[in-house]
Amino acid sequence: MLKFTRRAMLAGVAMLGAACLSSAVLAPGAIAQIKPVEGKIKVAAIYTVPVEQQWVSRIHKALNAAKDRGEVEYVYSENVTNTDYERVMREYAQKGNNLIVGEVFGVERAARKVAGDFPGTAFLMGSSFGPAGKNFSVFDNWIQEPSFLTGMIAGTMTKSNVIGMVGGYPIPEVNRLMQAFMDGARETNPNVKFLVSFIGSWFDPPKAKEAAFAQIDRGADVLYAERFGVTDAAKEKGKLAIGNVIDTQAQYPDTIVASALWHMEPTINAALAKVKNGSFTAEDYAQYSTMKFDGASLAPLGTFEGKVPAEIVGKVKAREAEIRDGLFRVNVNDAEPKPTL
Amino acid sequence: MAWLDMLVTASFWVAVLRIGTPLIFGTLGELICERAGVLNLGIEGIMVAGAFSGWLAVYLGAPLGAGILVAMAVGAALGLLHGILTVPLGLSQHVAGIGITLLATSLSYYFYRMVFPTVTEPPRIQPFQPLDLPGLFAQTPMTYLAFLLVALTAYVLYRTPLGLAVRMVGENPAAVEAQGIDVTRLRIGAVMVGSSLMALGGAFLTLSAFNAFYFNMINGRGWICIALVVFASWRPGKALLGAVLFAAFDAFQLRLQQLIGGAVPYQIFLMAPYVLSILALIVMSRRAGVPRALMIPYRKGER
Repeated sequence: MLKFTRRAMLAGVAMLGAACLSSAVLAPGAIAQIKPVEGKIKVAAIYTVPVEQQWVSRIHKALNAAKDRGEVEYVYSENVTNTDYERVMREYAQKGNNLIVGEVFGVERAARKVAGDFPGTAFLMGSSFGPAGKNFSVFDNWIQEPSFLTGMIAGTMTKSNVIGMVGGYPIPEVNRLMQAFMDGARETNPNVKFLVSFIGSWFDPPKAKEAAFAQIDRGADVLYAERFGVTDAAKEKGKLAIGNVIDTQAQYPDTIVASALWHMEPTINAALAKVKNGSFTAEDYAQYSTMKFDGASLAPLGTFEGKVPAEIVGKVKAREAEIRDGLFRVNVNDAEPKPTL
Repeated sequence: MAWLDMLVTASFWVAVLRIGTPLIFGTLGELICERAGVLNLGIEGIMVAGAFSGWLAVYLGAPLGAGILVAMAVGAALGLLHGILTVPLGLSQHVAGIGITLLATSLSYYFYRMVFPTVTEPPRIQPFQPLDLPGLFAQTPMTYLAFLLVALTAYVLYRTPLGLAVRMVGENPAAVEAQGIDVTRLRIGAVMVGSSLMALGGAFLTLSAFNAFYFNMINGRGWICIALVVFASWRPGKALLGAVLFAAFDAFQLRLQQLIGGAVPYQIFLMAPYVLSILALIVMSRRAGVPRALMIPYRKGER
């Protein structure tokens, strides 16, 4: 009896395993291999933060634009925790989405494994690492070029020669933009000094504001606003701020001098084209976030037109042209920025 | 000694009081709940709900004062829920509290999405402005309210029959019952009042310290208040001291990061207020007077 039970158990476990395996590979709705897509492309996005977050809002905007053009059916989940991320990825893949977009900074390995389990689904993920397998492509906000340009402007706008920078966490995506910004500021103003704070949170505007106040107390008169809340501190104290990723000059007309903008449209459109004709593979889409591909830009001066010296505007324009023509390369430095004052 | 100079500047102490205000509200609220014998771990979520509802009310056209009242009403409603679960039903106060936190946090975001399905940036309101007073006194009205409430809470707890009953119900509910006072109503009432103060702490962040609501913006401030109540040994005066002390550590580390940030990893600075609080807790809690009936449900006639 015992022998039979044990054997039955083993058989049961084997069958269960087989069932799991087959359901993973041949889940209902999941696509077996990447093929050209007829009609609208089904896109699903998975975000770990609300779509209001600066970084994610750029992806959301580009996908909504594609939806408005009638190219895609777009669904998304926001505020997905990293512990839940893999499950949501599998769910969307099983539902037969052609392209899954998201950010896997907290689940790099698990996300690549999911992609391997769904060879017919294209994955385009924000990631600190490279592409993987046959269907896992990566992108990131490689906007150090306009960050450098905003630095050039900040270097001339500071009167105290002290620039404050408040960031969330010193991860490569944050560091390289700050480093490029610092390089740019030093180019136009060799005497400039920097204050750096990290607040240990992506979403604590009151705390970011406090950190910015602390920097203003130390003499900073231009602030690099990596987080929400910094610009508010600058506005309250009558100082200037430099924007990052998004343009908020409309809300802060007397505070935001310049912003380094990120545009996800080139990345999304390139990926959609490849999904459409079935040629999607594992690639690094980094280049589509550069100025050359219009994936990044310097926001128009807007309300600060005329307030930034004409001489520096000319210098920035010249640098911008050099960057676009490939004659000037902004240094990519992922090291954590340190205060120099 | 640049860091000593920093401690005597007015702007440092202005920042201390600003950072401390939500903690004062939250700690007072938690203190009132615990003084009545109910641990309220819903504090983190209630602060989120307060931050959201107060801000939403102002965004929809209510004056700032009404926003405060809305936040307090929402806090009281969540307190009522926690009270019903833990007092007459006598459920685990830990589990119910964590449940309230999860519920209130998620509900806030749910309603946020319902009201703003497609925004790309949270809309802003015109928040309370700091009063035009010199030095340390350049605070928003809500900071003054926080200090006023400390005095009021201390007065009510120690100088009125109601306060005596609240303190007694946290020590010996049977004695309260013997006085002819309804333990259930008293405890639920205390939890509701305490929760409305917690919500006020959340509302401070969206109506005074900042001008928009972000998911996750409470960022653990509620949990700090729980520790501060222990630090305060369940006394309003010490609660004020604890909140200001923690805020001072925080304001100090933000400034110290600027001063010697090149030499020391920034995590050390962020950690500092918490480490110092733990040390302070160790010292203070040796003499802590825990309410005897804290976390013990009262069932009529049970011995």
